[in-house]
Formats: sequence, C-alpha cells, structure tokens
Amino acid sequence: MILNHIIVLIPISLLVFSFITFLLGTVRRSLAYPTALVGSAISVACSVVGLILVLQGGPIHYYLGGWPPPIGIEYVLDYLSAFMAVLTTFIGFISIVYSRKSFAQELPHKVVPLYTITLLLLSGLCGIIVTGDLFNLYVFLEIASLTAYALLAVGEKRAPVAAFRYVIMGTVGACFYLLGVGFIYFSTGTLNMADAAKLLPAIYDSRAIIAAAVFIVIGIGLKMALFPMHSWLPDAYTYAPSAVISLIAPLMTKVFAYVLIRMLISVFLPEYLSDVIPATLVIGWLAAAGIVIMSIMAIAQDDFRRMLAYSSLAQICYVALGIGLANPLGLIGGMLHILNHAFMKGCLFQVAGAIRYRTGLTSISKFNGLGKKMRWTMGSFGIAALSMIGIPPACGFFSKWYLMLGSIDAGNWVFVGVIALSSLLNAVYFFKIIEKVFFAQPDDDIVENAAEPPKEMLVPIVIMAVAIIALGLVNVYIVTNILEPVVNHVFN
Amino acid sequence: METLLGSYWFYITTILMAIGLWGMLAKRNLMKKLIGMNIFQTAIILFYITGSSKIGATVPIYDPEIGVANPALYHNPLPHVLMLTAIVVAVATSGVTLALMLMIYRRYHTLDEREIMKRMHE
Repeated sequence: MILNHIIVLIPISLLVFSFITFLLGTVRRSLAYPTALVGSAISVACSVVGLILVLQGGPIHYYLGGWPPPIGIEYVLDYLSAFMAVLTTFIGFISIVYSRKSFAQELPHKVVPLYTITLLLLSGLCGIIVTGDLFNLYVFLEIASLTAYALLAVGEKRAPVAAFRYVIMGTVGACFYLLGVGFIYFSTGTLNMADAAKLLPAIYDSRAIIAAAVFIVIGIGLKMALFPMHSWLPDAYTYAPSAVISLIAPLMTKVFAYVLIRMLISVFLPEYLSDVIPATLVIGWLAAAGIVIMSIMAIAQDDFRRMLAYSSLAQICYVALGIGLANPLGLIGGMLHILNHAFMKGCLFQVAGAIRYRTGLTSISKFNGLGKKMRWTMGSFGIAALSMIGIPPACGFFSKWYLMLGSIDAGNWVFVGVIALSSLLNAVYFFKIIEKVFFAQPDDDIVENAAEPPKEMLVPIVIMAVAIIALGLVNVYIVTNILEPVVNHVFN
Repeated sequence: METLLGSYWFYITTILMAIGLWGMLAKRNLMKKLIGMNIFQTAIILFYITGSSKIGATVPIYDPEIGVANPALYHNPLPHVLMLTAIVVAVATSGVTLALMLMIYRRYHTLDEREIMKRMHE
C-alpha cells in the first residue's frame, strides 16, 4: 500500500521532518540533530526502495490527488530520477551526520534553524528530481534556491555579500526558466513534461519554442553555474560554513545539471536542441572552454575552499560537456560524472571542513606536513584527489572515459584534447597539495598540534573515500542497469 | 503594423523586463537591485496574465447565461493560479533579500556596492 506512494514520500518526508525539527528544536535545542537525522534517513530508505522498484518494474508514475496528467501534477520515478534521488538523499544524510560537530563549533546558537533549512533544501532538491511537471519544478527550484541563499549567508563576515550576489543571479535564472515555461504553456497548453514532449515536435518551427528553449537553457545554466555564468559561485562557496558547503557543493549545481538533462531528454528531445537550434553545440563549447579556464583558475588559488570552488566549476563543465555532446556515450559520461563528482567534491569539502575544525587553516601554503598528523583525513583526501585527476580504479576515471568515448563518437577531437589537458591541470593543482601534505615537514605549531577530527566527522569522510573506490569498481553495473536504459529510451 | 498593435502587451512586458534586468545588473545600490528584481518578476507575472486573457471573455466562474459550450467566453484561470504561486515566491525572495541586506548594512553601514567592496578589503 505504502509502496504506491513511495515517490511522493521522498520529498514529503523531508518536508514534514523539517517542521518537526523546528518544533522539537524550539523545545530543546539538542533534539534538532537527531530529528533531522531520522528525517533524512527515512528519505534515504524511500529513495532506495524507489530505485529497487524501478529496477524491477520500470518507471513509476504517481498522480497527485488522483488527477491524471495533463490536468493533474505527475511525479515520475524513472531510471534517471530514481538514481538521482538516491544520490541526493544519501549525500544529504552523510552531510547531516558530518554537520553536528562542525555546527557546534562554528554556529552553536543557530543549530535549529540550520537543520530546519537543511531538510527544506533537501526536500526542494528531491522535489526537482521526482517531479514530471514544468511549473512544479519551478516551485521546488525556488524552495531549494531560497534555502540555499539562507544557508550560504550565515557563514563568515563576507558571506552575506556573496549570498546577495547569488540571490540576484539565481533569481534571474529562475525567472528565465519561468518565462521559458510560459512560452511552452502558451504554445502547447500543457505543463506536463511527457505531454509537452509529445506536442512540441509539431511546432518545432515556432519562434516561441526557440525563445522557450533559449530562456530555459540560459536560466538553468545560470543556476548550475555553467561557464561563463559562474561569477556568483566562488565567493558563495568560499565564505559558507564548512558543513553547509559540504552539502551544497556536491548537490546544488548537480541537481540543476540534472534539470538540463531532463529538459534535453524529456521535454525538448535531443533532435530539437541539437539539430533544429544549436543549443547543445553552444553548451558543449562553453563547457570545453570552462573546463580549461576554471582549471587554470583553480591552480592560481591559495585558499583551499576557493580552489575547490573553481574545481567544482570545472567539474560541472564536464557534465555540461556530456550534455553538449548529446550522444549516448557522452550523456552516460555526463550522468555518471554527476554521481562521481558529488562523492569526490563532498569528500574534498568535508576534508576542508575537518582541517578548518582542527587547525583553523584554509590557506594551502600552510598545509605543510598535515598528512602526518591527520592520516585518515588526508588519506581520504588523497583518494578523492586521485579520483579527480582520473586515475583508475577511482570513479573519476570512468566518467572521463565515457566522455572521451562520446567525444570520439562525435568526431570532436578538440573535446578529447580538452579532457586530457584538464586531467593534467587537475594533476597540477592536486599534486601541489599532496606534495605539501605528505612530503613536506611540519613547520608550524598549529600543524604540530593538529589531530584527527572527531569520529562523527571522520567516519563520513572515510565513507565517502571508500565510496569513491567502490563506485569505480561497480560503475559497469550502474551504467548497464541504470544509465543505459535512460539513453536507450531517448536515442533508439 | 497589425502584429505590432495586436500584441502591444507583449512589448510592454518586454520593456518592463529590460528595466528590471538593467536595475539588477547595472545599479550600484543594493536596494535598487532589489527593486529591479521585483520589476523583473512582476513583468513575468504580467506576461502570464496577459497571455491568459481573451477579448470579450469574462471571469472564469460558471455563468448559467453563458454556459460551458464555448470555453473561449471565459478567461483561462490556470495562469492566474500559477502566478499566485509565483507571487508568493517573489515575496519570499524579497524577504530573504531584505534580510541579507540588513546583515550587510549592519556590517558595513552602507548599501552601496562599491563602498562595500572597499570596506571588505580593508
């Protein structure tokens, strides 16, 4: 019985628990953390059950209030959204486990609102993933964005200014998306994605649909910080609280990349965005330029978190490159990279938070000899860094491999060169840190006195590092069982 | 000329959108940026509402004299409902933005962007 409602339970459990967290948290502050943990654990369970059901019986459709589409709102759990839901809720759960000690040190008085808003953010992200309705997606997109603005703003002294910029750019993005949806609605009379996909091919020549596609791609591009619309991201990521950023950095931009993939495969269909108007061509070349430029920017940074932010920008361009290729292998590479990068960047930002928790250091030049004092933390960092560079069996290698195959398939040798070059650039900025951390002698009292972070922070970091290797080992299973059905459905 | 006059509302919303975007991106005062943002959101709300209206139609409440045979005699109610949600979102965004501006003002005692940048790097 409850299995029929499993889709809607994923966002709703988080939504309900965000209110429960607030209520219990106002009674006793110490109750906020366990409540948030229970809420996100339930959502993980729901999404895992959802994924199992989808793998057994194919996509699940759920009609809210019993109204069938195109009149009612439809939630869809297909291979891609089930996969994304598990990823999002799992990273959310791990970050909440990680966040307790970090919040207790950085923002002890704001724990209750922080957990409330964190659950609300996760609920918005899960809603974006499972919805099959264009306007419903806008509502969830705004829930996720508004909560992210609030979470990013509570950080360091400069955080509110960075968050304000994010509000401005994010609102432009969301409004462009809404405008694009308006064009689709007035041209087709429907807001349901599957229904729109059926009605749109008849009016591919219409200028309104071109406008809709352009507005939606630019709007979502702003939200996912696609180069060159990324200016809001580095500041916002650098000044945010460590626990918040280890939640937002792996998820926010990836979920918006998912929205772009959803628009490509379920609304406009690839033949429109790549043949009728050259949208994917533009996305692909912007992504290729972004990968190189952002990697070079990352090399130039001294602040560890800022470097990771630029590296995130380069990595989101990999996903965009996969979307831009718009062929089966490229798209598999892009989707696999969403998964891999979420774990890699989650791990790296958690390491950054752990270093900051124990030593207060954020500047890479002072990391000399840290590996001897924080073995497990920096060991996990090493695994994540090697995965970012793309060394097998870490998972980062495989998504780059599929992206390369996709580029070769498309006959685009420039993209092949860009992916190879960016691995080299990744190697430059990660080996710079690996060398300092593991091979240099400690020259600072702060590093001499450093120790492993508390277990509540260390365990999530190590889980993420193990997951990076494990995902690399099981990637064939993920690709054949989850991602190939997605692309076969689109490209057959 | 016919199409120009036939869809004049479309040009008005476009101009409003451009004013809003200009305010958000070019103005230096954060409050003016917020006002630009509100104009931009309002323009999109107007775009939906004008798109749903029909000449010679009435409010979408069942009227026995008109009946339900010809839906063209009623305005389309769905965009109005969508825009109620969008208005709520716009209000929430303004609220969050105002709270951020309050935090910024308390720290830097100004809302001028260039001045804030200067004080940030001191």
